[in-house]
Amino acid sequence: MMTFLRDRKVRDILWQAAGAVVLVALVWFFVRNASENMVKAGIASGFQFLWRDSGIEVPFNLTGYRPSDTVLALLWTGIVNTLLVSAVSIVVATAIGFAVGLLRLSSNWLLSTLAGVYVEFVRNIPLLFFVLFWYFGVLAALPTPRESLSFLGVTFLNRRGLSIPTPNDLTGLRLSLLAIVVLVAAQWGLARWARARQARTGRDFPTWAVGFVTCGALPIVALVLGGAATSWDVPTLRGFNYRGGFVLVPEFVALFAALSTYTAGFIAEAVRGGILSVRQGQIDAARALGLTPGRIVRLVVIPLAMPVIIPPLTSQYLNLIKNSSFGAAIAYPEIVAVFMGSALVSTGQSIEIIAITLAIYLTLSLAVSLFMNWYDARHRMVTR
Amino acid sequence: MKVYGFAAAMACLVATSAGAQQLAPSPTLDAVKARGNIECGVHLGLPGFSFANDKGEWTGLDVDYCRSLAAAVLGDANKVKYTPTSVQQRWPILQSGQVDVLARNTTITFSRNATLGVNFQGINFYEGQTFVVRTKAKVNKVADLADATICVAAGSTEEKTAADWFRERNLKVTIINFQKNDDAISAYDQGRCDAYTAGIGALAGQRIKFKDPAEHQILTEIISNDPQGPVTRWGDERWQLIVRWVLNAQIASEAFGITSKNVDEMKAKSTNSEVRRILGVEGKFGDMMGLSNDWAYNIIKQVGNYGESYERTVGMGSALKLKRGANELWTKGGLLFTPAFQ
Repeated sequence: MMTFLRDRKVRDILWQAAGAVVLVALVWFFVRNASENMVKAGIASGFQFLWRDSGIEVPFNLTGYRPSDTVLALLWTGIVNTLLVSAVSIVVATAIGFAVGLLRLSSNWLLSTLAGVYVEFVRNIPLLFFVLFWYFGVLAALPTPRESLSFLGVTFLNRRGLSIPTPNDLTGLRLSLLAIVVLVAAQWGLARWARARQARTGRDFPTWAVGFVTCGALPIVALVLGGAATSWDVPTLRGFNYRGGFVLVPEFVALFAALSTYTAGFIAEAVRGGILSVRQGQIDAARALGLTPGRIVRLVVIPLAMPVIIPPLTSQYLNLIKNSSFGAAIAYPEIVAVFMGSALVSTGQSIEIIAITLAIYLTLSLAVSLFMNWYDARHRMVTR
Repeated sequence: MKVYGFAAAMACLVATSAGAQQLAPSPTLDAVKARGNIECGVHLGLPGFSFANDKGEWTGLDVDYCRSLAAAVLGDANKVKYTPTSVQQRWPILQSGQVDVLARNTTITFSRNATLGVNFQGINFYEGQTFVVRTKAKVNKVADLADATICVAAGSTEEKTAADWFRERNLKVTIINFQKNDDAISAYDQGRCDAYTAGIGALAGQRIKFKDPAEHQILTEIISNDPQGPVTRWGDERWQLIVRWVLNAQIASEAFGITSKNVDEMKAKSTNSEVRRILGVEGKFGDMMGLSNDWAYNIIKQVGNYGESYERTVGMGSALKLKRGANELWTKGGLLFTPAFQ
């Protein structure tokens, strides 16, 4: 009767099912125990607090959040701020990281030494110190509002941040945005055509030069024309500070600078490792084909190094997203500061709030991992 | 034989219940006595309230409360273990039982009382919220701060009070919330903000942390009344009783003129019944709480009455130089009074 147990596959499945049941039971036990104890101790529990008024001011938000909104809206504002600073920092950290990683392998002694010093400096300093250094460094370097640095009389930089004008009406700008989209699409089509032609005839086409003009210069012209036709909310000095326009707060700048320069040090090492993994023979072969040094790096070395670079690069991206929580130390209103800080203290519901925050970081990290894995699979060289 | 045995047992039972009063169980008190010290949650460092001085000794009004509690419960005011807590840490630390009591400039509010599982056991300081600004900013009243940037500690009552106050008056301000008081203070000092907001008592103490205290000015206008006092967890009613009446004893002894200097004389000579009950000469009030009858005597002898404590820590005898104001006895125009020791 129990003969089916002799099948190894069946036994494995049974063991795993038993393990899963134990795990679920354990979690259920702890959750129930915690909630019972909290009710006994008179501590509020449940998720109703998310729909209560938050009453908390957020000085930097892109969601139009107001203190009279709910705690849920506050959470969303925190998420958007985390995503914003992470996204911008990832792009810049990658750019700096690749540059430093390549420079470290450069044959120029000065450049490679400088890159090496940078990497060692960054890797051996705690991030919290880095964040505080940038924050108080940025603050100390900037003038008071009354002595603001002014650019063309419409943009002002001081200790309260960078005040930039915002358009009152978007129609003019929408048109120029549309123009840019059209240009980018045209450039993409051109690049495809140029590649196909090169494959067919072997003749090169100056795609980059054309692209620089169409995708670089023309959008600026379009923006200037569109901007001139729009009325702007220009910051003006009223009482203590500049009012109107959009204020890029120093907390954002400091956190962004700290995260990107810090993570760049680690990315540089991943890039160096990846490039060193490319066999010399491949480079020699590329040189034998007559490719220029720039093209060897772009078309041979980096594509071959990418499969080695991507896994550590993914870890660095995940680290950067998690490290954005250091913003709490300098009052940058990201998830940890507004939700695990202000909202937690005003509602007192630590368990729920920490669980939600964990879930958000987990979701963000898994999404980034999935994307990187997809990218890796898509761009991996087919090896035989 | 059986009858005698039963009678003897009954006699024993009557004798025990007559000899010692049966008290409700108090796990916290038992734990404190077994441990031999009071675990007291205090501020990370607020001069005048709870601040470790250069010798590493904790001083301040809230610290004096912790010392009074130790004197009453253990007979020795020095048997206190201080746990410095941030604005955010204070609730979990109290809820989880890591401290026996929280004496940490904590404002009594409805939602804290209703949702955090904590009880406020009285008021040892009436705090009022105000702002500190640079003298050269020429701000005289709070409304002058329209369009200003204000630094505040996140999760404090001040954060919400300030936001509400300006919103109700349709004044726009930018509020930057820092995780720690000290970070908010140093950001204000660095020029990130035009003002820093906190209680007037807290500001008097924090002002000395500025690079140049003379450049700053504390506004006299108060935008809220924030009563503060010791906090306990829900449950263990007898411990709550002790925490409440230790504070009452501090204040009542000032009202009756019992000081650390005359306490022995008062104990020997006073004819006032309430004084005699406080000092354990009559009434056996200590027994009723499960403490020794000289519990309040120990407080006054070792720490002093509320007035002595106030003058030494935040009043004229301290660096803060705060007037008594609302924190004066009701008979002298303040708000302090206690229920009767009857």
